[in-house]
Amino acid sequence: MYDPTVARLTYRALLGRRRALILGALPVLLIVISAAVRGFSGADDQVAADVLGGFALATMVPIIGVIAGTGAIGPEIDDGSVVYLLSKPVKRPTIIFTKLIVAIAVTMVFSAAPTFVAGLILNGNGQQIAVAYTVAALVASIAYAALFLLLGTVTRHAVVFGLVYALVWEALFGSLVSGARTLSVQQWALAVAQKVAGGDLVTSDVGLPTAVILLAAVTAGATWYAGQKLRTLKLAGEE
Amino acid sequence: MAVEQPQAPAMARAGEQTRIHDIGYRSYDGPRLGRAYARRSLYSQSLRGAYGLGRSAKSKVLPMLLFVVMCVPALIMVAVAVTTKANDLPVHYTRYAIIMQAMIGLYVASQAPQAVSRDLRFKTVPLYFSRPIETADYVRAKFAALASALFILTAAPLLVLYVGALLAKLDFTDQTKGFAQGLVSVALLSLLFAGLGLVIASVTPRRGFGIAAVIAVLTISYGAVSTLQAIADAQTNTGAVPWIGLFSPITLIDGVQSAFLGANSAFPGGAGPGNGEGVVYVLVVLGLIAGSYGLLMRRYRKVGL
Repeated sequence: MYDPTVARLTYRALLGRRRALILGALPVLLIVISAAVRGFSGADDQVAADVLGGFALATMVPIIGVIAGTGAIGPEIDDGSVVYLLSKPVKRPTIIFTKLIVAIAVTMVFSAAPTFVAGLILNGNGQQIAVAYTVAALVASIAYAALFLLLGTVTRHAVVFGLVYALVWEALFGSLVSGARTLSVQQWALAVAQKVAGGDLVTSDVGLPTAVILLAAVTAGATWYAGQKLRTLKLAGEE
Repeated sequence: MAVEQPQAPAMARAGEQTRIHDIGYRSYDGPRLGRAYARRSLYSQSLRGAYGLGRSAKSKVLPMLLFVVMCVPALIMVAVAVTTKANDLPVHYTRYAIIMQAMIGLYVASQAPQAVSRDLRFKTVPLYFSRPIETADYVRAKFAALASALFILTAAPLLVLYVGALLAKLDFTDQTKGFAQGLVSVALLSLLFAGLGLVIASVTPRRGFGIAAVIAVLTISYGAVSTLQAIADAQTNTGAVPWIGLFSPITLIDGVQSAFLGANSAFPGGAGPGNGEGVVYVLVVLGLIAGSYGLLMRRYRKVGL
């Protein structure tokens, strides 16, 4: 199910040149902000939870997920070089699975690791906040990568739709319509984080069993469907 | 058409029969419309392209959808204000763009790369410069087109609000003043966002990457700034709130309009900048617009040559 050559090529495409710059800039910004906040206001559990929840999990993780998830396959389909990959005797679901693993790994490294570091800077992992949000970022990375990889195979405007989901649906709709929060990767990840933290600083609108089931279903479903899409991929011309 | 020579020539005489056929090409002797015309055409085509006009049906979907989404809340507010006979609109003219900033951000992110990235990717930039236009014309036309498109996007809902307010028989002078202030603010916003979007998009020939980069700059800076402001406000460090607002485009606009255009600031605690800080805000906004124009000029001086 895992093809090292495809993985190597995907890593090169994802981390090559300018894409790595934007991927690296976000975590650096998070850590700079955390350091500034710590210097500003000292260690405070509520502030730490606000920064990690409001900036790291709500803004940074989805954007890195979009860049890594769609970047793993989107540009290849866009410039048509995916036909060289598809003409090789490698199963299409294998290609998708390998690219998913790479996308998850990149998202995790660039989002969960800086979240943990930022948490340590902010309040030295008081009340397990750093660990809780790191777990949330790890869980969210898997679901986001799978979801946005699927988007990359479905539409040429994957980045736009991914961002619409991440910013409009999760942030704007989620704050207005409470029902939208049940269908949000962020809340599912927060449910897992709530279990880890145990306190009342990390809360979610979704119960843990529902969240875990939905996470697993979305990840598996998106991966399977992306494999199916790749089997019948049509290369469209530039509009 | 070449006419077959009647007498069959000997091999030795073949050279004498070669000739150039006149196949009727005519040189153009009509009026030459020149540089200004080319610049105007580039402007109007880019402006139409920003709403998908003259492009495929698929590429009309997103800009039109965003335009509708921008206007619908204004229509609802107007309907509410007219039916309930309210004394004022539920939202101030200047606040509207701040509330809808996600839509504006998405519009810039999707249309700025559309305006410049494809020219870079398909290497059509040298073709533009083989016409009478210069680098400055190309940059100005694209900049003006995207800024106008953004102005249409942000001013249309204000117009809806204004017309609705007059229909609801709200105070005329009050509403006109608010509307004018709103227009100035969205004009500044359009120029600022168009400049930032084009500078980022003109660096990459990849459309997808351009979109991600533009949206990342807009959202991440806003996310970081609003988080820091909330914390500074919670720590009762209110003096720092306006200074932090200098670091993201939308809070810059918010600061300018709350200092000079009579808006209530959306900053936490309503702690907008005073007049002194407001001057810094205006200078930063104008500096950013001029800076992005300069960067674009520098970028296109080299590209495609």
